[in-house]
Amino acid sequence: MHVTHASPQTLSFSEPLSLRSGASLRDYTLVYETYGTLNRERSNAVLVCHALNASHHVAGTYEDQPRSTGWWDNLIGPGKPLDTNRFFVIGVNNPGSCFGSTGPTHTNPATGQPWGADFPVVTVEDWVDAQARLCDALGIDKLAAVIGGSLGGMQALCWSMRYPERIGHCIAIATAPNLSAQNIAFNEVARRAIVTDPDFHGGHYQAHGTVPRRGLRVARMIGHITYLSDDTMDSKFGRNLRAAIGAAATQPADAPRYTTQDIEFEIESYLRHQGDKFSEYFDANSYLLITRVLDYFDPAREHGGDLSAAFAAATARFLIVSFTTDWRFSPARSREIVKALLDNRLDVSYAEIAAPHGHDAFLLDDPRYHGVLRARFDRIARDIDANTRQPAAAAALRIAT
Amino acid sequence: MSDQGTLSLIADLVPSGSRVLDLGCGSGETLAHLRDQRQCSGYGIEIADANVLACEQRGVNVIQLNLEDGLAIFEDRSFDVVLQLDTLQHLRNTERMLMETARVGRIGIVSFPNFAHWPNRLSVFTGRMPVTRALPYEWYDTPNIRVSTYADFEVLARRCGLRILDAFGIQDDQSIRLWPNLRASVAVFKFERA
Repeated sequence: MHVTHASPQTLSFSEPLSLRSGASLRDYTLVYETYGTLNRERSNAVLVCHALNASHHVAGTYEDQPRSTGWWDNLIGPGKPLDTNRFFVIGVNNPGSCFGSTGPTHTNPATGQPWGADFPVVTVEDWVDAQARLCDALGIDKLAAVIGGSLGGMQALCWSMRYPERIGHCIAIATAPNLSAQNIAFNEVARRAIVTDPDFHGGHYQAHGTVPRRGLRVARMIGHITYLSDDTMDSKFGRNLRAAIGAAATQPADAPRYTTQDIEFEIESYLRHQGDKFSEYFDANSYLLITRVLDYFDPAREHGGDLSAAFAAATARFLIVSFTTDWRFSPARSREIVKALLDNRLDVSYAEIAAPHGHDAFLLDDPRYHGVLRARFDRIARDIDANTRQPAAAAALRIAT
Repeated sequence: MSDQGTLSLIADLVPSGSRVLDLGCGSGETLAHLRDQRQCSGYGIEIADANVLACEQRGVNVIQLNLEDGLAIFEDRSFDVVLQLDTLQHLRNTERMLMETARVGRIGIVSFPNFAHWPNRLSVFTGRMPVTRALPYEWYDTPNIRVSTYADFEVLARRCGLRILDAFGIQDDQSIRLWPNLRASVAVFKFERA
């Protein structure tokens, strides 16, 4: 069962958001969606943080758009592990992204022109501050849980450090305490592909009426390679040759065509298709900004590299999940987080799921993975029920006596 | 540990309010018992997916790790008590794991099936490997990669530089302190680093 018809809402903030870079963002707008009902005590809210290329649209479909399924719909909805019959779920698009919240394609109030390359550099901390303001506006003092995968997991971790008193549970999936050099390197290749596209025009392509699609395509291709495991790619595509365009579909390509520039292997066709799709909907400046959000996240940095010290203020109960074949955010990185939490004697469970799908596994519905999440959310819901019943019972007792 | 009698005999060894690490915690039953009956906190270590899920359902902290990879994630003496219940016989690196248990915890508590229990001796004497409640497997399908005796463990503990604080056998939910190596199907040792 799906959430019945999601509908995005917008909220504008006039108070400037101070950014980590020293800049500030004024008159900004956040686009968000909510699912389920906020209880009277406002204690059943769960914030879902998105990763690089996703949005506030986490579950359900839009009216009359049957193919507009939210990006985490297999997890979130009535009767699903994150059950919208019990929880009030919030998805929010982060500033700097390109799905409605203030970002580089919007007008810079200082110039009246699109922000383009002048949009200020944002960080995980800035995003979490913006999300906290959204919670303020919704009247939510404390979130029952914050959940996210990959870059979303970094936001969940950041919540536990930055707003420890405002978060009950922190669920961080397929994430890392910071990016490794190799990971930053992948991001840099993607950024160079975009920046060196002749249509990029220093980031002011809107003013030139162009879109740096070639750069975006290559950026997406390199990203996509790192989200899949070697085995998944091999079983999906192997060394299969792609049938020549125009050849009968029934005629398999069983001999190479000996071409350097045309598509020869199936995997090439798949990557080009992914790149094409992505370049139609994603903004190039947003891609640069959000890969930088990933690069800059490093909570241990201001504690002399001591991740345990970074979590010293945290009080949340943690659930950390990793996937054995995820080489972009490997289990070893998740174990670093677990160790830091253990050092602080915090409640933490850690599941290392032997899924074959690489980093993408966090978006799929492996029963072991979803089983652990369901168990955690069941517990959270039971705790909320127990806490909401108690005051009611106490009130009843007062009336009786 | 599934037997309630065995569980409570071992729980009695754990001081109230202890911070406990349970190596090979199974479904988290022991930790839940210690939490509910003795106000303990802590974590279980498990490798099996089904057990990780069961712990999560019980609300017991569980870390999914392979014990064979060691306990590097835990600091020295970061726990009051480290439990290693019915786990020893499944581990390849018994000696190292025992040293790690003593490194991470102030107190270690180990239990394992005692191969020298008299019915086992009788079985071997008649020429067959024993199949009992404590050792319920045939020799060809057992998950136990080693079997040992109460007396064997005393020797290993000395070798590893451990001081035994308490030791007894368990048979039919009762502690056995007289001739435990002969009379008990389960051996229990409580120790610290000497």
